[in-house]
Amino acid sequence: MYPRAFHYHRATSLSEAVSMLTDLGEEARLLAGGQSLIPLMKLRLASPAHLVDLNFIPGLEYVREQGNELRVGALTRHAQIEESAEAARVPIVHDCASGIADIQVRNRGTLGGSLAEADPTGDWAPVLLVLGTEVVCQGPDGERTVKLEDFLVDAFVTTLAPNELVKEVRITQPPKKSGGAYIAAKRSAPVYASASVAVQLAMEDSSVCREAGIALGAVGLTAIRAREAEKVLNGKSVDSRAIEEAAEAAMRAADPQSDMRGSAEYKRVLVRALVKRALEAALRRSRGEPVEVSHLYA
Amino acid sequence: MPDQVQMVPITVTVNGQRHSLSVEPRMLLVSFLREALGLTGTHIGCDTTYCGACTVLLNGRSVKSCTVFAVQADQGEVRTVEGLAGESSLHPIQQAFLENHGLQCGYCTPGFLMSAVQLLEKNKDPDEKAIRKGIAGNTCRCTGYQNIFKAVRAAAASMRGR
Repeated sequence: MYPRAFHYHRATSLSEAVSMLTDLGEEARLLAGGQSLIPLMKLRLASPAHLVDLNFIPGLEYVREQGNELRVGALTRHAQIEESAEAARVPIVHDCASGIADIQVRNRGTLGGSLAEADPTGDWAPVLLVLGTEVVCQGPDGERTVKLEDFLVDAFVTTLAPNELVKEVRITQPPKKSGGAYIAAKRSAPVYASASVAVQLAMEDSSVCREAGIALGAVGLTAIRAREAEKVLNGKSVDSRAIEEAAEAAMRAADPQSDMRGSAEYKRVLVRALVKRALEAALRRSRGEPVEVSHLYA
Repeated sequence: MPDQVQMVPITVTVNGQRHSLSVEPRMLLVSFLREALGLTGTHIGCDTTYCGACTVLLNGRSVKSCTVFAVQADQGEVRTVEGLAGESSLHPIQQAFLENHGLQCGYCTPGFLMSAVQLLEKNKDPDEKAIRKGIAGNTCRCTGYQNIFKAVRAAAASMRGR
């Protein structure tokens, strides 16, 4: 399957990419890792007249610790994050990076591309929402920094202007005595998640939670912050009853569609199960226990 | 839609050999390998980024070559299944697939071999979980994976022993 013909433009710097986008107008699309865009073009669900290839721009692939932030260049591949020692210190980030699709896709797909695409089933949004994340965007007038919750507007819609692009992602490192976990349930490695859950707990001590972050993926038009479920845990002891209640509340926050990945009812039940599992893993990690968490294949 | 066909000159090193050609931007890397270079060992299975039959190494990392444009491989190095065997001997991974009955119809095999190469270049002694994860992006409809798994484990042992 060949995509429709398009004009290819190779950017060698971010500012060149921005001016290409400005000159070409709305018929242009950015090509980062291409793991979503190229399949869409092959199916002719997308037929951009112009592609601006970002892959030859140097210096946008990095994971760095700066202050209390993890700064990740927009063109950093999921596999590079998976391999990064800096990212491994935030276990939920490693959970996510190491489980996206399969190794071939992780070797190409980029963090910036994934966030800019804003696919409701994307893995990064729920994870980065519970950590506190800012997106650095570059446009013709320079840079602006926007909180991830403001950056994501709707399914496949962000606040990016047509001539803006993602330059860097800044992830707030969780405080000490924190634990997080991300679990996506999929039918097999290469497919999108049926539902996913990100949990991050900042603890007072080994059992009382100071602040909980819970976000759900693939069960709404964007990642959903399960605020009621968080309230169940904030300031409380995270015991089995609280976990049960939080999972019930998260299930009510989910707004899934029935599709080939399962019925809406199934996905709600799946969310409940995933929240329980992720909370238990996050709690153990907050106590310093090494817990391996990975994506689940049905 | 563009009025005239744009052709982009690219230079790609494939299995150690440099090739300079002009390609249409929409040409996929898998078509470039198969049609422009005649390297038909890389197969097109699903063509939807699912099955992994088209897996090759691009700059040392495995990719699904049905989901990369050939222009993106410009100035890059590609390794395909044709680049595995030596003059007179199979690559240890190929030998292990042969000995462990890791293939039946063989259609998916080149992709599995390249995924195994990627895995074993990064991890010389992968445990069962790491092997299963390493080949999770490849689909086989014949063997049910057990023999493929055994072959990758045997290849790892044989490569460590060399």
